[in-house]
Amino acid sequence: MDTNIAAQGTTSPLAGTRRRMPPEFNIFLVLIGIALVYEILGWIFVGQSFLMNSQRLTIMILQVSVIGIIAVGVTQVIITGGIDLSSGSVVGMTAMFSASVAQASTWPRALYPSLTDLPAIVPIGLGVGIGLVAGFINGSLIARTKIPPFIATLGMMVSARGISKWYTKGQPVSGLTEQFNFIGTGIWPVVVFLVVAFIFHIALRYTRYGKFTYAIGANVQAARVSGINVEAHLVKVYAIAGMLAGLAGVVTAARAQTAQAGMGVMYELDAIAATVIGGTSLTGGVGRVTGTVIGTVILGVMTSGFTFLRVDAYYQEIVKGMIIVAAVVADVYRQKGRKKA
Amino acid sequence: MTLSPTTMAAVRASGAIPNAEYLLAAEGVRKEFPGVVALDDVEFKLKRGTVHALMGENGAGKSTLMKILAGIYHPDKGSVKLRGVDIQLKSPLDALENGIAMIHQELNLMPFMTVAENIWIRREPKNRFGFVDHREMRRMTAKLFERLKIHLDPDIEVRHLSVANRQMVEIAKAVSYESDVLIMDEPTSALTEREVAHLFEIIRDLRSQGIGIVYITHKMNELFEIADEFSVFRDGKYIGTHASSDVTRDDIIRMMVGREITQMFPKEEVPIGDVVLSVKNLTLDGVFHDVSFDVRAGEILGLAGLVGSGRSNVAETLFGVTPASSGTISIDGKEIVIDTPNTAIRNRMAFLTEDRKDTGCLLILDILENMQIAVLQDRFVKGGFVSEKEVTAACDDMSRKLRVKTPNLHERIENLSGGNQQKVLIGRWLLTNPRILILDEPTRGIDVGAKAEIHRLVTELARNGVAVIMISSEMPEVLGMSDRIMVMHEGRVTGFLDRAEATQIKVMELAAR
Repeated sequence: MDTNIAAQGTTSPLAGTRRRMPPEFNIFLVLIGIALVYEILGWIFVGQSFLMNSQRLTIMILQVSVIGIIAVGVTQVIITGGIDLSSGSVVGMTAMFSASVAQASTWPRALYPSLTDLPAIVPIGLGVGIGLVAGFINGSLIARTKIPPFIATLGMMVSARGISKWYTKGQPVSGLTEQFNFIGTGIWPVVVFLVVAFIFHIALRYTRYGKFTYAIGANVQAARVSGINVEAHLVKVYAIAGMLAGLAGVVTAARAQTAQAGMGVMYELDAIAATVIGGTSLTGGVGRVTGTVIGTVILGVMTSGFTFLRVDAYYQEIVKGMIIVAAVVADVYRQKGRKKA
Repeated sequence: MTLSPTTMAAVRASGAIPNAEYLLAAEGVRKEFPGVVALDDVEFKLKRGTVHALMGENGAGKSTLMKILAGIYHPDKGSVKLRGVDIQLKSPLDALENGIAMIHQELNLMPFMTVAENIWIRREPKNRFGFVDHREMRRMTAKLFERLKIHLDPDIEVRHLSVANRQMVEIAKAVSYESDVLIMDEPTSALTEREVAHLFEIIRDLRSQGIGIVYITHKMNELFEIADEFSVFRDGKYIGTHASSDVTRDDIIRMMVGREITQMFPKEEVPIGDVVLSVKNLTLDGVFHDVSFDVRAGEILGLAGLVGSGRSNVAETLFGVTPASSGTISIDGKEIVIDTPNTAIRNRMAFLTEDRKDTGCLLILDILENMQIAVLQDRFVKGGFVSEKEVTAACDDMSRKLRVKTPNLHERIENLSGGNQQKVLIGRWLLTNPRILILDEPTRGIDVGAKAEIHRLVTELARNGVAVIMISSEMPEVLGMSDRIMVMHEGRVTGFLDRAEATQIKVMELAAR
């Protein structure tokens, strides 16, 4: 087809290697663009700077770090060609369970009145562990029964929400220990988010786990014939996503210093949105954690910017919906462009 | 005179069709893709009532030209004349309405609709209430089938049909548009010999009705059997057009590759070693039964049989894709249970699957990722981390050895030609250093040059003591490469032939029964 390629190919397959722009570059430009628009609108309508306000930026990033932690797990699920709708409910469930064993002994407790103050690692471990189990169930259902991920995680979404309501009969859990609340204070949620993002960025790019994840998303049949144990791998991926949702639940409870059964509602959609905005393709095989981090920050900037411009909350949701759709449309065009090239 | 396609369609409808020397004529056609000149100053002329074959290696530009003629691509330069009138096709639908129909390699029918519904989609006859008139549609279909000598029930859902029958439906659909030009892209690649004969009968019939047929194929004997003329392309350039009665097979190959192919099948006599793989009474219920054979180190065992004889199923079962219902598999005399491909790989087996796109390539990933995926099962990984440097070096070495044509290893595999994709997939398996190599149609749909390279490679592997099982529908390939041939028919082994005694006729006798 191509004489140029043929001519180059005869030298060395590596000779022509050129550093391409990382695929996140475009998304990063979008982030800069959105921020600049707010900056300009800010000077015009509010009379102050949007970006030159460290307090606003801190709050903004704090608000989305829980979504970010979930999105790192969701990214891996979507790369395999799947979806996880249960993460928001898992956040609620794990927030309730971890908070229930993190209550201070001085507090009048309904659930475990005789419990002494436990070290923070116990409620944190419990929350993360329950998330892991929820994800494991998701993964096992998908891998063993071959039901679509959409259905399996939809079931978990409804059931986990039910469990969080049943657990305290709808009562909130408050009076948590200082030690537990600590990971929700200050900049700690952001630190947790970035550490999680870093770990899984490395895992996806440089480990066998990562290579297999992409291979399954690109072509599950070929992955199987190449010797990958697809079922076991999918269980792993969903379990990790559940575990991260559990961690997000713990952070949510610690930040709020209380837990309620309604925590995390719609978080799964925000996490999916952040992932898709970040360039992960819903058809599988494509996506990176760095993109998801930028996607998460874009969500944060948008919300924060609307509040800054005093835009009605109703409009915020309307526009957010449109942006999510636009991100997927952009993905579809990217795929098309690639095929033609 | 340039007419818009819609005007042309109207002219056609009025019956005042201009009479031109050529039904379809393309001249000076150029098409570029980012970084690639796919077609450069190409011409193509189709006479009415002829079958015109397009020949060339993969990547020669046949597919691009065909897609331009069918309205899928738009040429950057040059003209396309339909009956002497310049036309600019905007879409495949546009082409269809101008009388150019294309039958794709991947058939485009809706599996859950009936044959009749598929044919008349978008043009369903309506009754006076505006609903689809199924009785009239059935009548129209029956009439069409009668004209084409196709024997199919118009009311059957397409998903119940065989590939060959689906192809018949596609052809009927194309003819129903009163097309003057029919473009067929390797129509016989999935057909049995009898089905091919029926297809050719229909093609000859259409030809006698004045329809021009553009026929793309890799099979030389089909060219001589069905084509009146052929045009050869090489590296995006037009080489020439000749009547197929004027040339020999060697002439065509020379035109296609621009060089003499001295030896198609470089089979060498190599010392045959001990039995490596021994299969006894292998059965997959309802698919194949009591299959027993041995393969020795250095031996190439050919697996012949018609499509549907169970050849590929045996291969899949050997490799653990569909575990056996009963029977045993032994390697080096030790019986093992292969229930997943992973087990097979751990026993140093490798399996190049029949369908590159469906079960081979990770299309959206690059060459590097495609090549390394199988070897990562047990090499180049320390504590879960992939040793990028080492695995990249190994892949680089392999792709040089296999002469994969690509600017670099970061090219997506979907951008490579079929032959190069196949080389990458072979590389994937050679990296695992297999002792038993199963090849299912290793050269299907790839060009002559790449084919010869793959044959050379298989010979070399055998020389190094690899036991090879090769499935192929191409008789010359099986006969030319194998030390022994096992023939299957309807899920059973019907016989073994030694290299010395094997002939096309003997194999066919066992395969067709």
